[in-house]
Amino acid sequence: MKAVDQARNALAFLEDEVHERAFDTLIWGLRVRRDAAAREVPEWEDLRTLASQIKEHTLANLAHYLEMFEASAMRNGATVHWARDAHEHNQIVDDILSSHGARHLVKSKSMLTEECELRPFLQRRGVQVTETDLGERIQQLDDQPPTHIVGPAFQKTTKDVADLFHRVYGSDPDRADPVYLAQVMRDHTRPLFLSADAGMTGANFAVAQTGAVVTVTNEGNADLSGNVPKLRICSVGIEKIIPGPEELAVFIRLLTRSATGERITQYTSHFAKPRAGGEMHIVLVDNGRSDRLADERFWGSLKCIRCGACMNTCPVYRRSGGLSYGATYMGPIGIIMMPATDIRRYRELPFASTINGSCSNVCPVHIDIHDQIYQWRGVMNDHGQFSTTKKAAMKVAGAVLSQPGAYRAAAESGVAALKVLPHFALYNRLNAWGRHRDVPEPPTETFHQWYARTRGRDGTGGTSL
Amino acid sequence: MRVGLMIPCYIDMFYPQVGKSTLGLLERLGVQVDYPFDQTCCGQPMANSGAHIEAKATEELFVRNFSGYDYIVAPSGSCVHHIRNKFTAADDTPERRHVSSHTWDLPEFLCDVLKVGEFPWARFPHEVVLHVSCSAIRGLGEQTMSERPHDPWFSKPRSLLEKVDGVTIADFDRPDECCGFGGTFSVTEEAVASAIGNDKLEHIGASGARYIVSPDMSCLMHLQGCAHRDRGDFHFLHLAEVLNGDAQ
Repeated sequence: MKAVDQARNALAFLEDEVHERAFDTLIWGLRVRRDAAAREVPEWEDLRTLASQIKEHTLANLAHYLEMFEASAMRNGATVHWARDAHEHNQIVDDILSSHGARHLVKSKSMLTEECELRPFLQRRGVQVTETDLGERIQQLDDQPPTHIVGPAFQKTTKDVADLFHRVYGSDPDRADPVYLAQVMRDHTRPLFLSADAGMTGANFAVAQTGAVVTVTNEGNADLSGNVPKLRICSVGIEKIIPGPEELAVFIRLLTRSATGERITQYTSHFAKPRAGGEMHIVLVDNGRSDRLADERFWGSLKCIRCGACMNTCPVYRRSGGLSYGATYMGPIGIIMMPATDIRRYRELPFASTINGSCSNVCPVHIDIHDQIYQWRGVMNDHGQFSTTKKAAMKVAGAVLSQPGAYRAAAESGVAALKVLPHFALYNRLNAWGRHRDVPEPPTETFHQWYARTRGRDGTGGTSL
Repeated sequence: MRVGLMIPCYIDMFYPQVGKSTLGLLERLGVQVDYPFDQTCCGQPMANSGAHIEAKATEELFVRNFSGYDYIVAPSGSCVHHIRNKFTAADDTPERRHVSSHTWDLPEFLCDVLKVGEFPWARFPHEVVLHVSCSAIRGLGEQTMSERPHDPWFSKPRSLLEKVDGVTIADFDRPDECCGFGGTFSVTEEAVASAIGNDKLEHIGASGARYIVSPDMSCLMHLQGCAHRDRGDFHFLHLAEVLNGDAQ
């Protein structure tokens, strides 16, 4: 597949100043609220450390906890399925649906099902799939993937949504207030819960000791999707396992505070047993996670609890938009997760970062995100994923900067000096430095020339060069 | 103590005054400073782009130039962060380890080694904002980061700037958000880099201050180049220029 050109996609996003402003303001607001929420909890840093340790312990003993979860879930009366990859996951879900003659599925938001591209898979097989969470539904109606892992439609203004709902539902296009729009959506999706044949949720956590799949939501659609139809399916990435309810408490305290600054969401739901007369199926999905777990550089990314804090703080994400990454997971966490799935397609993502380190320091589970981004850049070079011009430019820079004579000649040849600094990377778009910015004026004399003129090579007297 | 002065390539080429102010300041404080004549660069431009093989010879040249010093001082948090924390392209030798663990950003050297209490020769009667780089904050720990609201507040660069007679330091929104430079990022993603930089100037501009002081000239080089509407009114100064009394 063709490599995603994040920089070009970002440029398209930036050209629409209204949305760029609104997005940055909204998303930075989440970061500010996260800071305030963290400030309220005196043991915040201890919680982060503890959460990281719990995840590391669980991942280091993943097989043990997965089997414990399976046993608990079966004891509760659920059926547990194991999916090696996205295709197996989709096939399992389709088999469950078709064995029940289910034609209409309601679901609440799940990044895993986005990752597996479940919706198009089922739709091709004649299953009608309705997203029931407001943001995810908006994106579905607009035929767009999520732009943020917590708020899929964060990139849209209320006016965009008013226009969309007018187009789809015939609602008032001039009423761009969230309460009205939420009501429009509710009026159109609530009846669908009653007519659906099956309901589906993802999982924020899967508790090994209790066998419960836990969702953390505000709208309650996971509860309706999971409880109204008799057939319930939960898709769970294998890294979502945690040992027990005590550990869960640590994550509940961290998750929403990190995500939106809320102390807790409206609903923290434990799906443990099928409803009376119904069935509950849990699909445990690997889809590359075991491979990542085996990679000593990048396994830590599996600790992620999908709070989106790294995205909210990322200056590049906020000015690029979520779609620019061309990926299920975007922003800093996306940069370190996606290349493992397709190195060629996502080879530019590690470069969509200033490596400023903010992401790693808001991460509630201490993932060294910015260090992993840095490492992924090296991986791209090692795997021949640099363009030939970039590779050549790096070689030239390395040759010039490792030889004092060559460097001095370049630095002191006036106009050439201008080129050397941006020259490190002028491989990509010619003279990019000058397009949105001015190039610094080169001085008449470098520091080195001044030192040589006034003090000399050994610092005792002038003139030697 | 033997002190080697590292002048980063972009300061050598574009901001020689920053090098002169750094050298002058250290000498004024009684430090005998060597300037290794064959120095070029720390290797970060290549390493930060993922080109470790291409960075190897440059890093090893740096090790040869500086391994004989007790203190290596540079007026650039970004370069020091690379040398201290990411210097892995060069072969792992005792000399490389020495260089990594003995390199100091100028504000650290002034605060922690020299423990400078005053700059009586400097006077700067202006309202300024202080921009501290991500490398200095999150890489070197020179200042509390906003991501960790329970850490006790401190800032080494600010504590130095506050000692200059006449200086008023103004606060601005999102003070420790990245400026958008990011090395080669500013070239490969120049539209995003410029957008971030222009927002930074917008926040700074709203404070009313027109002097932007930073211990990292690379951030200022980027901000100076951004096409912000107030750009012409801003003055960009390295901390060393203010501390040494070279800026008026």
